[in-house]
Amino acid sequence: MVTYNLIGAGLIVIGAGIGLGQIGGKAMEGIARQPEAYGKIQTAMIIIAALLEGLAFGALFLGK
Amino acid sequence: MIFLTMKVAKQTFKFFVLISMLFASTFAMADTPINKDGDDGGQVDTKKEVEDYILHHIQDSHDFSLFSYTSDAGERKHFGFPLPVIVWSSNGLVSFMSSEFHHNDDGSVIVEKNGVKLVKSHSKILELDAGASAVSYDAEHHATNAHRVWDFSITKSVFGVLVIGLLMLFWFSGLARQYKKKQIPTGFGRVLEPLVLYVRDEIARPNIGEKHYRRFTGYLLTVFFFIWILNLLGLTPFGFNVTGQLAVTACLAIFTLVIYTVSGNKDYWMHILWMPGVPYLIRPVLAIIELAGALVIKPFSLLVRLFANISAGHIVVMSLIAIMFTLKESLGVVGATGLSLVLSFFITLIEVLVAFLQAYIFTMLSALFIGMAVAEHEHH
Repeated sequence: MVTYNLIGAGLIVIGAGIGLGQIGGKAMEGIARQPEAYGKIQTAMIIIAALLEGLAFGALFLGK
Repeated sequence: MIFLTMKVAKQTFKFFVLISMLFASTFAMADTPINKDGDDGGQVDTKKEVEDYILHHIQDSHDFSLFSYTSDAGERKHFGFPLPVIVWSSNGLVSFMSSEFHHNDDGSVIVEKNGVKLVKSHSKILELDAGASAVSYDAEHHATNAHRVWDFSITKSVFGVLVIGLLMLFWFSGLARQYKKKQIPTGFGRVLEPLVLYVRDEIARPNIGEKHYRRFTGYLLTVFFFIWILNLLGLTPFGFNVTGQLAVTACLAIFTLVIYTVSGNKDYWMHILWMPGVPYLIRPVLAIIELAGALVIKPFSLLVRLFANISAGHIVVMSLIAIMFTLKESLGVVGATGLSLVLSFFITLIEVLVAFLQAYIFTMLSALFIGMAVAEHEHH
């Protein structure tokens, strides 16, 4: 028996991973360029990461 | 914030490691799955048993049990205490202690109260239909001659919520009293004060705005400490999984929804229902999308994020503890236990961070949504 929802879960995780990598990487670049904006960049990063995470978890939850 | 947590962790690193080690090891002891068949239990049985055990831990339960084992005489012993069962059956309100089910969960122990027969099956209380004397199941293991009742029991999660509610009432009213006497808090208040200030100055004030933040700081503080303390409680050997229950997170998300919907000003509703600055033909389409976003998607993402993060964390910790049993044959008792202890120790450390982060994110997004609803726009 092939369980397609597991393949779907894998795809979701790949997508979320790419997204989180982008967010984290760009935030790092931003902090390296302007270390004094550390706090602001981190807050924005966490909010965007949380929104993305919500989306990914929502998809995983609905596909369960 | 991660930076701050790391700084604190570095300063008190030894203490932190010690506490976490204690957590991890006691968690392992408290939630040890028992292989009933002893050594002759095959690989498949152990796997199934571990799966059942993890699922059982994730669910809410009607009694508070710390651990259980089978004694040499073959008797099943439970350590813990029963909690009251309160249900609204076809014959009115019925209440009794959950010990009357004798830890039975397959529906074979029948409790008769007020003329109704109640059984517990898969952690749910069912009422037997009139004339039925034993519960029977169909092929999909759904009960055929029993139906669900309204369950208002003080379950393990409700118990956790009550305990933390009282604890918070005690701590924070104490803190408030100390401020009335003199300006500096003493004792445990000194731990709480910087956290309260952090939520007010870093979460509420920048996201809601200088003018309105005072009104909502109370709610944000409550929600922050409630989620954080319950997340941390989930990492103790008591095995609470309160913030990993959909009902609890849904309730918190509905609070936030009601608050930002009720306190939304004219501009907020204007931007949802009749977005200024876009062509008239697009406005109704945008209104549908915005309305769905404000009333469904925002609270849904809040509730699912918290639920999924905490549940996933619990499942990972439990699975790593279960390595002790699943890899016993291939690695030996010492090897499997060592591997499991090391892995679950580090995951527990990460979970301590996640516990804070999820409370922070829930509070942060609540503040952001409230801030959007009360923001005043300049009219052009």
